[in-house]
Amino acid sequence: MDFKYSQEQTMLKDVVDRFVADNYSAEQRATLANTELGHSDSHWQTFADMGLLALPFAEALGGMEGSAVDVALVMESFGKGLVLEPYIPTVILAGGLISTLGNDQQQASLLGNIMAGKMKAAFGYCEPQSRFNPADVETSASPAGSGYILNGHKSIVWHGPSANKIIVSARTSGTPRSKEGISLFILDPNAEGVTRLNTRTADGQGASDLLLENVQIDADDLLGEEGKAYPAIERALQAAISAVSAEAVGAMEATNEITREYLKIRQQFGTALSNFQSLQHRTAEMYSEVEMSRSMSEALAMRLRDSDNDNNNDSHIGDEDTLPAQTTAATKVRIGKAATFIGENSVQLHGGIGMTNEYVIGHYYKRLMMIDILFGDQDYHSRQYEQLIYG
Amino acid sequence: MELKFSQEDLEFKKEVRQFFENKLPADIKDRCERGLVIPKEMQVRWQKILFDQGWMAPNWPVDEGGTGWSLTQKYIFAQEAAAACAPPPMPFGVNMIGPVLIKYGTEAQQQKHLPNILNSDTWWCQGYSEPGSGSDLASLKTKAVKDGNDYVINGQKIWTSYAQYADMMFCLVRTDPDAKKQEGISFLLIDMNTPGIEVKPIIGLDLNHTLNEVFFTDVRVPIENLVGEENSGWTYAKSLLEHERSFIARVANSKQLLVRLKQIASTQRIGDNLLINNPDFRRKLTAVEIDLMALEYSELRFLAKQMDGGQLGPEPSIMKLEGSQIQQRLKKLLVESLGMYALPFDADARADESDYLAMGPEHAHGILDQHFYGRSATLVGGTSEVQKNVISRLLMKR
Repeated sequence: MDFKYSQEQTMLKDVVDRFVADNYSAEQRATLANTELGHSDSHWQTFADMGLLALPFAEALGGMEGSAVDVALVMESFGKGLVLEPYIPTVILAGGLISTLGNDQQQASLLGNIMAGKMKAAFGYCEPQSRFNPADVETSASPAGSGYILNGHKSIVWHGPSANKIIVSARTSGTPRSKEGISLFILDPNAEGVTRLNTRTADGQGASDLLLENVQIDADDLLGEEGKAYPAIERALQAAISAVSAEAVGAMEATNEITREYLKIRQQFGTALSNFQSLQHRTAEMYSEVEMSRSMSEALAMRLRDSDNDNNNDSHIGDEDTLPAQTTAATKVRIGKAATFIGENSVQLHGGIGMTNEYVIGHYYKRLMMIDILFGDQDYHSRQYEQLIYG
Repeated sequence: MELKFSQEDLEFKKEVRQFFENKLPADIKDRCERGLVIPKEMQVRWQKILFDQGWMAPNWPVDEGGTGWSLTQKYIFAQEAAAACAPPPMPFGVNMIGPVLIKYGTEAQQQKHLPNILNSDTWWCQGYSEPGSGSDLASLKTKAVKDGNDYVINGQKIWTSYAQYADMMFCLVRTDPDAKKQEGISFLLIDMNTPGIEVKPIIGLDLNHTLNEVFFTDVRVPIENLVGEENSGWTYAKSLLEHERSFIARVANSKQLLVRLKQIASTQRIGDNLLINNPDFRRKLTAVEIDLMALEYSELRFLAKQMDGGQLGPEPSIMKLEGSQIQQRLKKLLVESLGMYALPFDADARADESDYLAMGPEHAHGILDQHFYGRSATLVGGTSEVQKNVISRLLMKR
């Protein structure tokens, strides 16, 4: 039992930390966020050069064979600087689905381009009525010729605006909320019949709604077996939750540090705010929350890594009787709670300056709030957790 | 990063589990499972079984009777003990004064006391708190004045758990009234049968007699009962608290409470359904279960840090803070599981020691005792508020 990084992992962490320190000051981030793209293609190319875009993929596909633990350490560094590039949508979600389900040809063309930094991608699985449930798919895919015709509405596709390809879920059979009958398609967002409505999320990232009206899809762009996509979707979302949890840990630690530094500097009533006990206690609670979150995040990453390698969890400490899906749901709940508490209190402890868009703390607050909602909020994952135990 | 038991650890786990299955007496297990106070006779009987097995003092050096277990093995032992509903040894002897004597005691003190701590022939209590010195312990006033070959003690201790059973007390006394408050304190071993000591019971919220006041009137304690240097007692008291810090969050115990809570909620009817299926109750259960999971992984993470030679900073304080709150939430949910039967509180009725008839479900016996006693979790060993002071002081220095 240990929670240490290996030498290679420490090196990777140092490289990513340095990138974030050099490129993601509050001013640099604000400048980027205000561009039309909302992030930097040059940073994206740097990620490709650093090997980050190839990190989780198998060596046979040209990847680095990195595990969920490796992804988590990158994401934690990204979280510290609130990195804006579409890493999770492209590499973890779309990339993860292509590497699990794609045929040789799809893997070669799409993953090759992703790893080289030439292609960004996204995953559209939500719909207006589905909230967070990936099995709730009303978008339909009907056979037409050798391909399919898609109709429906995919909502809030994270980093949809910059995506060259979007993987969308659509129903080829089954009732609207059944896990059976869901298929995945590689969609060209500029194809005829696709209306892409682009927006910005509160934390400065891109998102799209996709209106699909009689969109023609070639048989070649079906990803995986028809109607059998759900288990892969679930695994991809688990990987994304692990990644975003690690990002939250990085962001929460930075938030706490910035807040404590501010309390030491800010003078009121003739003394530093850090001398007031009610504020001291709040910082202690915020610290405790991030420590609990780090434990969950690291345990989940190890759990997913090990369940990728073998299915025998007997020797796993602490959760011998727990499914990876349970650990995932629990982690999302615990981290959502911590992220909300820390985000809101960081604004509170800053006072007026925390209310300004110019000062950095509000941006951490907004990102933490988004993370609480992304891939399912605390209520949703509490219910998921319960369903796994009680049915 | 690795979160797996070794094959050796798994073997050890099996061995420990079998030991508890075979050796833990049913009457003791039952009281422990219900959260009832364990009487002295049962406590000593159980500790002697642990002693015979050689497992009484996992935290002691092997030469002194320790087990030589790794931290992982200690973790496994704590988990299995709690899961089996085995009462933990009374901490005052084996986990508190024992390690202090091993580190700071004279050879004579070690020879006299350590064997009797190990075999549970001597029952110890802790003389720390005073009426005017709770969280601010270093302000204590109980006075020790040298007179010939003795110290003469006058003053009062309070909240002294199980002093009514104790043969010995380790006690903080003021030997230099003029020094800065932490610097005039000495650490004494006091025979509870010495003339001038009076123990008066304090009945707790749980209606049990675990707490006491202890009065000292011209109590003569031989100088050889001083531990370490005069006026350095605060150092030893602090080192003792450090030994107390392992498994401070009581994760294993809370996991057992969770198991019991689920068992009860799975039998308790609510209309035409079971309580466990009630969405309001279940959501509270889930929330605490998830917080407990994070606490357990934190315990493992901090253990791993220690095994790797790392120094802990605020970590023990956050474990105490979070762990004590989780214990209280679980105990409160056990109370909630009783519905209206949470109102009657007459523990003795179920022990056939009262005129009242026992009523309500059989499992109700113990739940209120445990809940009321459990309110002390956020008080003892440094209140939650003191823990937050400690955490923020360490953080602000960074």
